[in-house]
Amino acid sequence: MKILTTDHLTREFGGVIAVNDVNFSVEQGLVTGLIGPNGAGKTTLFNQITGVDKPTRGTITFDGKDITGLPAWKVSRLGIARTFQNIRLYKELTVVENVMMGLHFKVGKDPFHGRFLQAVKSYVFAQRENREMYERAMEWLHFFGIESHAQDFARSLPYGMQRELEIARALAADPKLLFLDEPAAGMNPAETAHLMDVVDKIRSLGVTVVLIEHDMKLVMNICDQITVLNFGTKIAEGTPQAIKQNKDVIEAYLGKEEE
Amino acid sequence: MINFFMLILIYSGVYALMAIGQNCITGSTGMLSLCHAGFFCIGSYVTAIMCKMFGISFWLSLPVAALAAGFVGFLIGVPTLRLKGDYLCIATLGLGEIIRNIATNINPVGITSIPRASLFGYQFSSRNKGAFIILIWVFVLIFYILFQQLAHSRLGRAMNAIREDEVAAQSNGINVTKYKISSFVLGAAIGGIAGSFQTAYTLTVSPSSYTFMVSVMVLCTVVLGGMGNAKAVILGAFIIQFISYFQQLTGLTNIIPPQANQMIFGLILVVMMIWRPQGLLGRDKYRYGDPRTFKEKLLAVAKRKGGER
Repeated sequence: MKILTTDHLTREFGGVIAVNDVNFSVEQGLVTGLIGPNGAGKTTLFNQITGVDKPTRGTITFDGKDITGLPAWKVSRLGIARTFQNIRLYKELTVVENVMMGLHFKVGKDPFHGRFLQAVKSYVFAQRENREMYERAMEWLHFFGIESHAQDFARSLPYGMQRELEIARALAADPKLLFLDEPAAGMNPAETAHLMDVVDKIRSLGVTVVLIEHDMKLVMNICDQITVLNFGTKIAEGTPQAIKQNKDVIEAYLGKEEE
Repeated sequence: MINFFMLILIYSGVYALMAIGQNCITGSTGMLSLCHAGFFCIGSYVTAIMCKMFGISFWLSLPVAALAAGFVGFLIGVPTLRLKGDYLCIATLGLGEIIRNIATNINPVGITSIPRASLFGYQFSSRNKGAFIILIWVFVLIFYILFQQLAHSRLGRAMNAIREDEVAAQSNGINVTKYKISSFVLGAAIGGIAGSFQTAYTLTVSPSSYTFMVSVMVLCTVVLGGMGNAKAVILGAFIIQFISYFQQLTGLTNIIPPQANQMIFGLILVVMMIWRPQGLLGRDKYRYGDPRTFKEKLLAVAKRKGGER
């Protein structure tokens, strides 16, 4: 079953076409890789889907609902979480507060239905709500094994842990679909290996994962499906084995062979 | 001398209230706004008009002043909060001046001989400073507690998140626009309440006392104390008021003219930015995870106190 499809998605920045007529789809429960040379439009495609940016043309369907052009906060409430290429943590908040932010809209649903009444409830019963959120956040920190840093400022964490914290924050929102934008960028081989375990664990939780990555070893090892973009256009789609053999993909990465 | 100290205590109370409002806008949500003098002005005028012209009691005018300032904050906030950083600062600066100029144009003298506030038959006169100090600091305490509760709730955390990173906050499902406007309105309303108390003390309002310098002073207070830390902001208010009345307190008015204050505040801002950008007390780091409820904590404190005796 396809959980996410984009239909003829196009994004133009003035004269530059960053994403051109892309039909991208994500199978539920699988890890989908999105690869392509720098400037191929991978992050732009991510931004369209997660509502950070609005597409020029085309539609995005998630879980049977049309989410084209919805603001980011609505998209995330529907169950799409993401991380960012350049880490975007709340640096002056503690580690556990960062994860609690991921839970922001997961608590305080009933019995107060109106948005305003919910806010009042969150204000009056803040301590009770904090305790609930804290416990759930700590579970996620345990999941990533960074619970000992819970009360440190996020900025004081080492790079690899910051990446993991960002994933933890995204997962805390209990998403159906998780977008990882270059999670292994700047990581050493040991950290990358750890990240592969983490992605495996996330898949076993039943979360569908889409990841942009340049580390081919990682992509070929953990992805079930791969989509290749080049100059904003989709040039290939398929299993890792098929992508490895694909002529267009090899050409995009290594250039054309001289006859 | 003691009279002067009491005066400083009153004014630092008024400024502490304003600074709590500014802290909500700048310290928590990270919006650099410079129109707190405008909200202050509106609060003062609403109280003055209601007490003088309609003969309504001060206590009734207090919430109305807060609502009026909050409403103006909403009107200002909706168009300007799309701007960020310096641009927001300039836009709000202009709007703050507009409020003052409107007041000047309507009546450059202002309103005088406003009836005194009274509580259970006791009249708060300007001569009896002690009662007024208690009144204003009780309100500072109330707003401090209310603000701390906000800062440590889900809503306050969302505000902090917006300050740290708007894009990330959006992807955490936070409606950034709504939170920004709410925080702005809240800060404005507290500014209005501060204005109300100012009127109740001086019993006159005149447009010349709501200049741009007031906004700068409030911002300076927040930066000096520590952004996002209500305790620090109150300390900052006291220090700033002390500095601004220093010459009069020591009788050096002839040597250091009052205009020098502007230089001193500028200097404070620069020095703080270089050596201690987090403010005197720094940010308030709240440890979540103390699994006790407020009631249990209170009981624990009471028990400890009892044990000592």
